[in-house]
Amino acid sequence: MQHPCPPPGIKERTQGQPLEILGAASAVQPLKARHLDLMMTNQHRLRCLMHCGLLVFAVFALMGAGADPASRFHDIGHRMMCICGCNQILLECNHVGCPDSDGMRNELMAAVTRGDSDSLVEQAFVQKYGPTVLAAPTTQGFDRTAYIVPFVGLILGAGLVILVVRAWKNRPTPVLADGINPARGADLQKFREQARRETEL
Amino acid sequence: MSDIGSYSLLLALALSVYAFVAGFISLLFQNPVAALAGGRERAASDPSFSGLLRQNSERIGETARRAGIMVFAAVFVAAAALVIAAFSNDFSIAYIFHHSNRDLPAAYKFATLWSGQEGSLVFWALLLSGYGFVLRLRYKTDPRLFAYAGVVLAAVQVFFLALINFAANPFGLLQGPMRPDGTGLNPLLQYPEMVIHPPMLYLGYVGFTVPFAFALGALIMKYPGEKWIHITRRWTMVTWGFLTIGIFLGAHWAYSVLGWGGYWGWDPVENASLMPWLVGTAFLHSVMMQEKRGMLKVWNMWLVFAAFWLAILGTFLTRSGIISSVHAFAQSSIGDWFAYFLAITFAVFVYFFLKNKNHLHSEHKLESLMSRESSFLFNNLLFVLLCFTVLWGTWFPKISELVQGNKVTVGAPFYNRVAIPVALLLLILTAIGPLLAWRKTSFESLKRNFLWPTIGAVAVMVFLMITPAAWGSPFGLRPWLDISYFYSLMAIGLSVLVALTVASEFYRGGRVISEKTGQGMFASMVQLTHRNTRRYGGYIVHFGVVVVIIGLAGAAFNQDKEKEMAYGDKMEIGPYTLVCRSYTDEEFPNYAAEWAVLDVYKNGRQIDTLTPERRFYKASQQTSTMPFIRSTLNEDLYVVYEGLNQDTGHPILKAHLNPLVMWIWLGVWIIIGGTALALVPNAPAPMRMPSARTVESRANAAPVPTAGD
Repeated sequence: MQHPCPPPGIKERTQGQPLEILGAASAVQPLKARHLDLMMTNQHRLRCLMHCGLLVFAVFALMGAGADPASRFHDIGHRMMCICGCNQILLECNHVGCPDSDGMRNELMAAVTRGDSDSLVEQAFVQKYGPTVLAAPTTQGFDRTAYIVPFVGLILGAGLVILVVRAWKNRPTPVLADGINPARGADLQKFREQARRETEL
Repeated sequence: MSDIGSYSLLLALALSVYAFVAGFISLLFQNPVAALAGGRERAASDPSFSGLLRQNSERIGETARRAGIMVFAAVFVAAAALVIAAFSNDFSIAYIFHHSNRDLPAAYKFATLWSGQEGSLVFWALLLSGYGFVLRLRYKTDPRLFAYAGVVLAAVQVFFLALINFAANPFGLLQGPMRPDGTGLNPLLQYPEMVIHPPMLYLGYVGFTVPFAFALGALIMKYPGEKWIHITRRWTMVTWGFLTIGIFLGAHWAYSVLGWGGYWGWDPVENASLMPWLVGTAFLHSVMMQEKRGMLKVWNMWLVFAAFWLAILGTFLTRSGIISSVHAFAQSSIGDWFAYFLAITFAVFVYFFLKNKNHLHSEHKLESLMSRESSFLFNNLLFVLLCFTVLWGTWFPKISELVQGNKVTVGAPFYNRVAIPVALLLLILTAIGPLLAWRKTSFESLKRNFLWPTIGAVAVMVFLMITPAAWGSPFGLRPWLDISYFYSLMAIGLSVLVALTVASEFYRGGRVISEKTGQGMFASMVQLTHRNTRRYGGYIVHFGVVVVIIGLAGAAFNQDKEKEMAYGDKMEIGPYTLVCRSYTDEEFPNYAAEWAVLDVYKNGRQIDTLTPERRFYKASQQTSTMPFIRSTLNEDLYVVYEGLNQDTGHPILKAHLNPLVMWIWLGVWIIIGGTALALVPNAPAPMRMPSARTVESRANAAPVPTAGD
């Protein structure tokens, strides 16, 4: 969103032109206004960064979108299991005379050649062979929890560690006996360096 | 043999029960006040009564210790009886009939001991009693702590020996007439690594019982000080080392035998070995917090318990049939035994933890988020989270079945999506952690130490991205083309970062010693390592880990090709051209083999001849592939003989080109070397001698006056 009226200290500019703060003008403007300007500038920079990020992401995403049938066959085939009981990925099943994998590969190749979407191919396989044909849970319904739970664990765990660190930091320091003056500041740093040097090298 | 084995097992059970009961009574009466109602008054009024009780309890404790030692002898006899039965083709024993045959090579007859359900439990009991044997011999280190640990160990032994005697007896006799030959060993197990992979893995699994015994013992007795954790750490490191070797031998076996071109399939049984390894690794890091700073006592206690519990849980998974796996033993009733044992151990541990948890308070406070302590906290979080992810993925099919009525498969794509990001975070911490000082690190210090490694890592990543693929290297990594390339690039970049931080630690330490002693840099670094083997051994382990990770990152560039090949036919894969020179078959006593002879060309020049093979084992009537693997540092050319096309009579061959696989096996050797080094005691710091340079400069600065001056 464009700033409707450039605040004092910022040059009039056309869309896409970078903002520039005028040092001389900023020196004379009131502190509150300057603070506001700075915030707006930072917000704009952040927005620019986000736009760039999105653009890069879109480019990356689109670059993978036009995959050729061979690589799609390879990708989807590695997301499915052979159902002969070997517990192997479909394209890695190495049984000569396997009753299932050849037929499944042919079906997959036919579907990819037809131009069926990935999800359509997967649905067709699930309908025919059951949900265990997919090598990983889907991202729908209850299956979604398979992916969510570890990351929830990560977030909760990280939060817990931060709480523990804060609690430990706030723990009271043990009271020293009379006559002992604990080292502080530069002295403490010096002793730490010395201890580290002498005990670990 | 059957009788000798059966009676030995019964004797072992009786001895372990005695070791447990007598040890328990001994510990109870070593503290008569707590043990007897009204004992306080009696002990106070009659000192001789208290002394007598203590003396007698010590004697009883000594008999318990000796009984524990004898358990090893009894189980050893039982295991030897089973091996001798295999060598003497005693097919009257059902276990030998089902797992051996007359033409089985000697090494595999030996491996019969751990090839089936019952035998592997005997082997487990043998290793457990072996650990117990060593522990009870070394009791003088700390007699009271070792007595407690001995009792806990005896309790675990009672469980396993009761299981073997009453639910999975390996000496059961075959019903009906005597059979002339056995049905043979599973062909997949007839491979040299299978002779050493299970012992290593079991040494790892079983070994976690010892740290658990020490931890529970220390918890029960409210052990004062941190000595128990020093003892436990060394045992854990040994156990962890064995488990590491076991896991990677298993991976190498899968790669060399199963013929699908991979080494890790995220099978529940593989996961079962990974979980205690991850928790054990977390413990080996967090134990330093307790040793150096008296912190994380509760957490360490739980980690030790979790490692033991997960090792048993893994055994439960493989033996109960509750989770389907290509590795799992046949479904049997012993799963219930393990379930009860898991529940009891959990209950016992929780009871003593709640009873004595006040004893486990931390002694110091944390001073800064930017410190070695907090890096260990996050490191532990990530290791435990990885373990949880693996556990979650392993159990999810069962959970899904319970919730929505149908099973789902949780295979490699799930773990790649969930575990790899966490593993990459862990790799970042591996790089940062060693650069952080205990208590507090200044940002300036971190920046100073981190700058060059970061520049190096970024340079390598940029190099990998911009190098054209046409150069024929595995580089030319385009992370935007595929998520696996992105992970691969990140893994390699962060591995380089870790390697450079490790190198900088060696360099900085070596430079200090070099300046002090005047030695060369390499000699200084060797001396540095000798003076703190644990720290620098740990760094070498880190370096080994990143070498392994670089090897794993190569998987993003795997290629494969399958072709039916007649004489003279060619198959091209990567820079290689395979030409079928011939194919044939041959009879051996134990198996019949078919194989192809392939000439390998690179840049128009013949560089090798490969002979991939497929075997048909007569006794078990099963087939097995023996891929031919041509390994180089760059890549493995992995060729599988899949069989003959029945219509044309031509062999079908599948070739895989797997980049950087050799790095995995090299990395494992480095990890083993680092672990062994970390177990070596530190060399004493030498007396400080001024270097020649220092002496020279002093001499120039202040000449010593002579008598003539």
